[in-house]
Amino acid sequence: MKSYIASTFILLLCLAKAWGQQTPAAAQSETISITGATLHLGNGEIVENGTVTFTDGTITAIGAGLQGNGRVIDATGKHVYPGFIAPGKSLGLIEINAVRASNDQDEIGTMIPHVRSIIAYNAESQVVESMRPNGVLLGQIAPQGGRISGTSSIVQFDAWNWEDAIVKEDDGVHLHWPGSFRRGRWWMGEPRGFQPNSDYETQKQEVLNFISNSKVYGAGKSEEVNPAFRAMQGLFTGTQTLYLYANGEREIIDGISELKAAGIQKVVLVGGYEAYKIPDFLKSHNIPVLVNFTHNLPNLNDDAYDLPYRLPKLLDEAGLLVGIQNVDAENFQTRNLPFYAGQVVGQGLDKEKALAMISGNTAQILGIDNRYGTLATGKSATLFISEGDALDMRGNQLTHAFIEGRELSLETHQTELWKRYMGKYNQE
Amino acid sequence: MGSPILVYWASKLLKIITSHSNYSSLMKWKLLLLALLCLGYSGNAQKYFPKNDGVKASNNNYTALTNARIYVSPTQVIDKGTLLFHEGRVVGVGKRVDVPSNSEVIDLEGKSVYPSFIDIFSSFGVEQAKRNPSRGRTAQYEPSREGFYWNDHIMPENAAISSYKFDTKSAKDLRALGFGVVNSHIQDGIVRGTGVLLALNEEGNDSERILEDASGQYLSFDRSIAKAQSYPTSLMGSMALLRQMYHDAEWYNGGNVTTTDRSLEALIRNKNQVQFFAAGDNGHVLRADKIGDSFGIQYVILAGGQEYENIGDIKATMASLVVPLNFPEAFDVSNPYQANYVSLEDMRHWNHAPSNPGVLEKNDISFAFTLEGLKNSKDIHKNIRRAMEYGLSETRALEALTTEPARLLKKSEEIGTLDVGRYANFLITSGPIFEEETTLYENWVMGKRHVLADMNQKDIRGEYALSAGGKDFALSVTGTPASPKLEVKKGEEVLKSKITYENDWVLASFSDGSDSYRTTALVDKSTENLNGKMVLPDGSETRFTARKTGDFKAETKESDSKKGVPELLPLSYPNVGYGYLKLPEQEDILFKNATVWTGEAEGTLLNTDVLIKKGKITKIGSNLSAGGARVVDATGKHLTAGIIDEHTHIAGLAINEAGHNSSAEVKMTDVLDPEDIDIYRNLGGGVTSAQLLHGSANPIGGRSAIFKLKWGRSASEMIYTDMPKFIKFALGENVKQSNWQSFDRFPQTRMGVEQVFENYFQRAKEYQVLKDSGKPYRYDEEMEVLAEILRGERHISCHSYVQSEINMLMKLADRMDFKVNTFTHILEGYKVADKMAEHGVGGSTFSDWWAYKYEVKDAIPYNAAIMHSQGVTVAINSDDNEMSRRLNQEAGKTVKYGGLSEEEAWKTVTLNPAKLLHIDDRVGSIKVGKDADLVLWSDHPLSVYAVAETTYIEGVPYFDRSEDARLQQRMTEERSKLTEMMLDEKAGGAAVRPPRQKQKRTFTCDSL
Repeated sequence: MKSYIASTFILLLCLAKAWGQQTPAAAQSETISITGATLHLGNGEIVENGTVTFTDGTITAIGAGLQGNGRVIDATGKHVYPGFIAPGKSLGLIEINAVRASNDQDEIGTMIPHVRSIIAYNAESQVVESMRPNGVLLGQIAPQGGRISGTSSIVQFDAWNWEDAIVKEDDGVHLHWPGSFRRGRWWMGEPRGFQPNSDYETQKQEVLNFISNSKVYGAGKSEEVNPAFRAMQGLFTGTQTLYLYANGEREIIDGISELKAAGIQKVVLVGGYEAYKIPDFLKSHNIPVLVNFTHNLPNLNDDAYDLPYRLPKLLDEAGLLVGIQNVDAENFQTRNLPFYAGQVVGQGLDKEKALAMISGNTAQILGIDNRYGTLATGKSATLFISEGDALDMRGNQLTHAFIEGRELSLETHQTELWKRYMGKYNQE
Repeated sequence: MGSPILVYWASKLLKIITSHSNYSSLMKWKLLLLALLCLGYSGNAQKYFPKNDGVKASNNNYTALTNARIYVSPTQVIDKGTLLFHEGRVVGVGKRVDVPSNSEVIDLEGKSVYPSFIDIFSSFGVEQAKRNPSRGRTAQYEPSREGFYWNDHIMPENAAISSYKFDTKSAKDLRALGFGVVNSHIQDGIVRGTGVLLALNEEGNDSERILEDASGQYLSFDRSIAKAQSYPTSLMGSMALLRQMYHDAEWYNGGNVTTTDRSLEALIRNKNQVQFFAAGDNGHVLRADKIGDSFGIQYVILAGGQEYENIGDIKATMASLVVPLNFPEAFDVSNPYQANYVSLEDMRHWNHAPSNPGVLEKNDISFAFTLEGLKNSKDIHKNIRRAMEYGLSETRALEALTTEPARLLKKSEEIGTLDVGRYANFLITSGPIFEEETTLYENWVMGKRHVLADMNQKDIRGEYALSAGGKDFALSVTGTPASPKLEVKKGEEVLKSKITYENDWVLASFSDGSDSYRTTALVDKSTENLNGKMVLPDGSETRFTARKTGDFKAETKESDSKKGVPELLPLSYPNVGYGYLKLPEQEDILFKNATVWTGEAEGTLLNTDVLIKKGKITKIGSNLSAGGARVVDATGKHLTAGIIDEHTHIAGLAINEAGHNSSAEVKMTDVLDPEDIDIYRNLGGGVTSAQLLHGSANPIGGRSAIFKLKWGRSASEMIYTDMPKFIKFALGENVKQSNWQSFDRFPQTRMGVEQVFENYFQRAKEYQVLKDSGKPYRYDEEMEVLAEILRGERHISCHSYVQSEINMLMKLADRMDFKVNTFTHILEGYKVADKMAEHGVGGSTFSDWWAYKYEVKDAIPYNAAIMHSQGVTVAINSDDNEMSRRLNQEAGKTVKYGGLSEEEAWKTVTLNPAKLLHIDDRVGSIKVGKDADLVLWSDHPLSVYAVAETTYIEGVPYFDRSEDARLQQRMTEERSKLTEMMLDEKAGGAAVRPPRQKQKRTFTCDSL
């Protein structure tokens, strides 16, 4: 036991030592202009030979052929993008999946909206740091697991601490809708694969009961505080969004109909594997979709091999507001967010539309589009310059990145090791 | 006959006494009474037993069945024949048989006699294994037994006879289905020991019933549910264990072992028994047969019921089969949301399952039927009828229940037919045995009669007219002679009615509104009419006569004639979703005007033609002439060699044999699953070859399968000819079992890992020395494999993460004088790239994975580029069934991270893995003479935008995007047709089951 404690301690020490991040950049002190670049605005539009100028963290001018002022970065032949946004992740809540001591992403309890991600967010995570060289500069940090996992917050990825990182605090509550089918509990001798979930109706009612109780609680004056009910109140006033995780046609219809009937103001569908079958239903309820990332296998054996690649395109063509998330992927994968969007381009979607699915659309869906997600005068200078097409691994090569106009380091634990060992070999 | 009265009272007393269980002396009483019971029965067979309850008297009378239609065997039928038997055996059968005067004669005019059925895969009366309560997380590596084989799941010493007790209730149920003899055994473990062949006669005792106390030996791939020893945990482990067991038996039999092993002794003793192998579906029939072939054993194999899928391969095994009749129910597809979950594969099996016996017959494969696998054994007749609708002949059905099982048991001289000398085991029926209207009257076992239905009862079926209470009724009696059905009509109105017919008495009632009529009649054989007593609605009694107005006509069911031969939808290669109705064919093709990524010194050639013929690349150049080849315009497209995945776990039925820390004896080629949909999906990503690796549970893993993704072909056709020999090794957290609660398996540290290797290689050296010395040695499959490594014949692909362990294995290899071929994963390879180059080992890594466990905290995406810079041959692999379909993009990331040139980047997924797998003389680049394993891409192949349009293996387009669209269209149509058929089935009142989707496990290295 002693040696166990000792080794845990040593492990923690090692981790603590490894957790040094790049020093966050200082506030923007001078006006910066990027000139000669192809500007990808994040709203579907593109400006060739464009200039973007920003002061005190805000874009002050943007357009083709504008004269740059302040510090001018010549980006001729290069591309400028708004910082990409990763929804629904537990970045900073878990560092190394197999090391339990580094895991803060999943609290016990099934309906725990009062559990808040932001206070556990590790702004110095090496995994978070590794997002930036690929252009992923913002993220929605959400608790994981359970039925109602907790309350998320949106952060930027260059911060001293969690307070410093906040873009939007407690923006939404995350609800995993029960499934009408479930996977076989093979460890109990059931066959793998899917079978009808006989508890579906019961589980659904539990959610609805919780929601209606939350609403009633908010309407009256209770002597005692119920933290869980209290944490749901923003959903009824519309100051918070409910993120509904559902993939099946039946579950999506059930979830949205019931939540709307229960008085939830803003609902975002997360997942939506079968959403392409019911676009009109989603449109009629004005539901945007944070669709599953493309680097996925089909759910069912007989589904088209490329359905996950095409899914965002199918929803876009049906007229829905679509963003791409990778909530089911490990956190380190989130730096591949641009390539998830690129994958849809291979299926025939317009590149700028694909880009919007990880920038402009996502900002709109998360409710941070007043400042983020697109390049426009008055918006945050959260953007980056890439040598080439940032949605393609062949072109995604960042030279500069800015969050609120602060120019951040593109070094990481990984680039340091790269340089260290190449240095070793070059010496020899 | 014994003394039925004595038996009756003895059993009564026994019941009374056993229901009061307080007295300690009860046991004695029970024993005494049991003895009494036995005595009661003893008169028949055990003639030399003393008799104290009377005088000795034996019954030497004969029994003769006359005027019957006798099926002496399924193919020899005698009309109006006589069957004569005496003391349980047939003594005469034929048209003219001399019937001795001391014969009891039974006239079977109009009835048929069949040999009774035999089930050779039964568990009747034998105590079965009970699941061992979970032992928690601590694995048990050692055997629990002493003086037996080293593995608890090998139990040839088990004998069904020793845990057998006649089960009166089951015997009755089996007889009701027509069975007379079963071969019963303990259905547990990998080697299950001998069965017991016994007859199901009620009267008499085990001294008569047991025909053979050790009859056949039974085997399977499934470990014992009662034993906790951890090895084997996998299918390939079971297969390896069986092989080693046969080697060990030979070694033991040669007198080379000084200790006693009762398992091996039993195995040697059972050698001449028929060997029954419980295999099942999923290609297991072929797997079992292959093991048998290596040791000169022809198993009789229990199949799964899907043999129609690959009947050619099944036939080639030359094995006789035991087949179940477990045809699945239709899915309830009435709810479209749910129906979505049912896979085409399962729908199609529902459609085809009943055709399986007929297909076996058509292909002249010998088979017996079994009740095994049937959820409800009462369905056997119904399912045989179903199989007959789908093409099975009546003769073959009967053979599968009589002569075939007898032949397989080598008991044709005793059972299976009604030839002279055979046991008098037969059935008396009202007509053809499998017909729905037929009544099974009697089941005689060893000349002992068991009445199932009274056959002397007159057949009262027919049309009758009845007048009662001033009203006229029409009665229609249908159904079977023994259990008729009644319909009563008043005019056109059908009334509620009920009939029972037993012991010659008919009880019938019907109600006309609130008026009810009850009748009872003793059937009089001298008249066609029914005469009896009737109670009228007012309670008064009267006599009645129902006048016969017409004969019974077996109704030709409308649905039957309409149905005709049921529709079977076409099978595909493989027989799952996205299978091809017709295998794609090899083509000679000229690709015109492509951007050709040769992967060779020529680099990437613009506007270039490539000609492929007979599966090989024959020309590369410009303005090539097609010369009869089909021309594919590849303008604007990129042509590359097919992608090769050095590290995959797709297409495996199992991945880790985790029961031992070394498992060199297991082979992934044993478990290659050619029906895995991920093969097709990988083709869609341009993958043409892959190494199916064992997992990383053990320092020494199992042997690899290197295969081509020839979707639709069999496993053996996919595996490389002259496949280079590889084995998986592993280091680090997985083999230390760091990430789950396991504290008792060596090694728990990296220090221990070295010692495992050190020890195994040292022993392999010593093994080799002994083998070379010419002295006798125990053939050890594990040592054989390790010796191959030492001889440089087998290559290692070693799962590895941190620099210390990588260095350790290279140093150990240097000491032991062998080379490590490949480090796979090798995420800290960049820290020791110079040492790797010096050792000559390749690195097969992920492009950008990290942070999922402690040993990958220093994993960096620049790893590939750094290793390459130091001269290491670098591949990018998947270890993931999703990422493997985008390996081109992963290769693209080596340009992004560390700046590999695009041509070098492309080699990381083609030529370099080919080199690491020693197949670069055949595949991996576009070079004249190499296999035409090619991919035509819509765009630059390293780009996220590139889509594989067509993937060729040896000139065969195993994947094509436009063909994929057609497949989808056809699948939609087929689903809709099968859905329609299933809805019909449900509407017809058949039982259905809820929608389900069975899914294959998806594996990574860590999957246990």
